[in-house]
Amino acid sequence: MRLIRVQQEDFDAGSLLAELRAGRSDIGASVMFIGYVRDLNLDDHIQALRLEHYPGMTEKALEEIVNEAISRWDLTDVAVIHRVGELRPSDQIVLVAVTSAHRGDAFAACEFIMDYLKTRAPFWKKERLKDGSSRWVEARSSDDEAAERWKE
Amino acid sequence: MTIRIFYFAALAEQLDCRSEELETGATSASELIGILRARGEPWRSAFDSRIQVAINQHLAGPADSLGDGDEVAFFPPVTGG
Repeated sequence: MRLIRVQQEDFDAGSLLAELRAGRSDIGASVMFIGYVRDLNLDDHIQALRLEHYPGMTEKALEEIVNEAISRWDLTDVAVIHRVGELRPSDQIVLVAVTSAHRGDAFAACEFIMDYLKTRAPFWKKERLKDGSSRWVEARSSDDEAAERWKE
Repeated sequence: MTIRIFYFAALAEQLDCRSEELETGATSASELIGILRARGEPWRSAFDSRIQVAINQHLAGPADSLGDGDEVAFFPPVTGG
């Protein structure tokens, strides 16, 4: 199964995994990454986070990343859910779930998808701080380096 | 030719513009940036920062060519995940 969702609502990782595994005995491994909103960034206390995206391109970019993962590794399912809109500290932001016959492919594909999502999917975060001010989150060069590792 | 341009995130705020339709002779993304920068401030300095380009909803490079009816988007480096 290939599932890509961009949504405001929260998601339930447990029921998603149950859905992916239902009736399948060929799956030997699942790896799941979930990202959360932290309450501290660059030493400032975060009140809220607003996620903007580019409707249309976002879904296409995620599909391309998922297709690339499927072409590189032997995968049974790939699910990517990314939330947009207003989020609060400790909220879930993103989920990547990968299932495979073997753990090696699932681990690698999950990390690859996150690294590519961070540098290629058109999402932008704006933080609102406790003092009422707000600022756009700057891209990190460590994310570029992480994505660079996967270049063939 | 006519193209549709979208701006996102900090760039959209800086320009106070989220989208526009433009009649232009620009044949590449970099030519288009040159035309936009020639509008003066805040356009000139907005494009001094690192900006990513997408053409028809795919990440593109400055040398990539533009055609009639294309959708072009400019935005700061992405920060999702």
